[in-house]
Amino acid sequence: MKSKPNQLRALGGIIRASLIATYRNPSSLVFGLIFPMIFIVIFGFLGNEAAPAKLAVRADTHTDNPIYTALKDIKAVELKTDLAEEKINEDLSKGNLDASIRITAEEVLVPAGGLPRGAPIQQMPARFKVELTTSKASPQNGEILRSIVDNISGKINLAAAQIQTPLVETAFAETEGRRFSSIDFILPGQLGFSLLNIGVFATVFTFLTLKQTLVIKRFFTTPVKKITIIAGEAISRLLFSLIQAAIIIAIGYYGFHYTLIHGWATFGQLMVLVALGLIVFLGFGLVISSIAKDERSASPLANILTIPQFLLAGTFFPIEMFPQWLQPIGKVLPLTFLNDSLRKVAFEGQTLVAVAPEIGWLALWGVGIYVLTMLVFKWE
Amino acid sequence: MPQTKRVRRGTKKSVISVRNLVKNYNAVQAVRDISFDVYEGEIFGLLGPNGAGKTTTLEIIETLRAPTAGDVTVMGISVQKEPARIKPLIGVQLQQSGFYPSLTLVETLRLFSDLYNTTINPIEILGEVGLVEKARAKVNQLSGGQKQRFSIATALVNKPKVIFLDEPSTGLDPKARRDLWELIRQIRARGTTVILTTHYMDEAETLCDRVAVIDLGKIIALDSPDHLIDKLVASGYKRPKVTKQATLEDVFLDLTGKEFEKDEK
Repeated sequence: MKSKPNQLRALGGIIRASLIATYRNPSSLVFGLIFPMIFIVIFGFLGNEAAPAKLAVRADTHTDNPIYTALKDIKAVELKTDLAEEKINEDLSKGNLDASIRITAEEVLVPAGGLPRGAPIQQMPARFKVELTTSKASPQNGEILRSIVDNISGKINLAAAQIQTPLVETAFAETEGRRFSSIDFILPGQLGFSLLNIGVFATVFTFLTLKQTLVIKRFFTTPVKKITIIAGEAISRLLFSLIQAAIIIAIGYYGFHYTLIHGWATFGQLMVLVALGLIVFLGFGLVISSIAKDERSASPLANILTIPQFLLAGTFFPIEMFPQWLQPIGKVLPLTFLNDSLRKVAFEGQTLVAVAPEIGWLALWGVGIYVLTMLVFKWE
Repeated sequence: MPQTKRVRRGTKKSVISVRNLVKNYNAVQAVRDISFDVYEGEIFGLLGPNGAGKTTTLEIIETLRAPTAGDVTVMGISVQKEPARIKPLIGVQLQQSGFYPSLTLVETLRLFSDLYNTTINPIEILGEVGLVEKARAKVNQLSGGQKQRFSIATALVNKPKVIFLDEPSTGLDPKARRDLWELIRQIRARGTTVILTTHYMDEAETLCDRVAVIDLGKIIALDSPDHLIDKLVASGYKRPKVTKQATLEDVFLDLTGKEFEKDEK
């Protein structure tokens, strides 16, 4: 009797076959790249800065004065001139404009001692009236504009009062910090999401196809073990996913200044997390492809597993933005642990050891899902 | 029949033994108490209408399905107790392909040699089934007959003692069927036992040493085709109408090339 067949050689054979098959049919992989890239590009170009507050300048506004000049220089304010009164009022009520301003010069005050000789009349100090109309449709930017205008007029008033030692003295300082741009939040989320998609959808459809074309059944007539078949397909998928993840990170790094705080070391650690995440998500895919009879029953199951995670796991918005009762659910999802650890490693420069809790929880999901996989995996 | 039957009565050695096999799918009784032996070096046919239980019986012997009751052994090894020891000894052709569609024939054969841990020359195996010129083609580019022959090629990778063919000639044109029969005879000539299922009585009659007719999950006849025909004739059966000197199939084969008689040697 021949010695027991070596599963390692069989494993190598399945990995090679699966890699060739994927390489010749790369649609699922392209699919896995396109969506994350679209999101990354959109959010990458959105950039960091909040949109400036839109301030409409009413037609009869006096523009040659220090208040108007100061407003023009503030980046957070976008002045809209040449708008008709009715248009301004309409846009204000809709929230398309955040506020409107009218500055009128009321009367010329000649300071004690007269004007400096030869001073142009325009430079004469005047008394100005500023009317700021904010809109209930845009409370936040309205508030910002109100304090900006308040601040400017306060300074001018202070100067006019010739107060040398103000009662309140303010000092502003800025701490050195890394710029956390939106790409630093979005890219890990997209990476995690693309892994979840590949892990679930690509696996489900690959295994359903292999079952329907009787490849798995044919395998079962050979001495290869169930676990070798699963491992072979999983490893080939893993190899492709690592390449995919590297592409996403590279585009983020070179195209959108994604932060890799310790360079290659960070990249390597991200790859470890990517691999772990994918292995866990593959398990979900394997379970679905075992339970589902065909594509029609697999699709809803796959969507149930991916869409809520996509929304709740901090892919686009931090979990803290969700209602209180929803947050506990978001916090225990496997994608959340992956997203959190990716962000901590890439941006905060934490080591894999430091994110051990996240890794641990993720691994626990993995163990659970693979136990389930081994129980339900069938050839038909 | 020009083909000499190779049933060595008296010295025959059982390769497959099926005893009181029962298989239920929930409430459906697919196989109801079947017993038969397949002897070394013979071509054994399982005949019967669709849903008779042929494929189920075959898949139980192939270790793909667990029997509900009964004993099945292959080369003396129990399929229930030691399926892992049987798998290396058998070659299986399924009703449909069962291969990665985008892999070439050579790549697929390499994969199977890895699964069986054997060393093979893919071109040599393709030569045996007449597909050398298709070595670099992908599985999904083959015609029906080529697919079936390739499927048999993958079943030969591990040099099996027994080969299982499930409806190998279904959907093939007359010429492709005859090529396939020739291939099956060659495999048997090397000492490999063949067990196949078929709907075609002409195929069973010309190819099989013995046949079991299965209906509704039971064996209703088990003998050589010649004996079964003799028995029927002895019972006083007469064909309602004398057949023509040739059939349309003869015409087809005459028109499309290779003749059966030449092919057979």
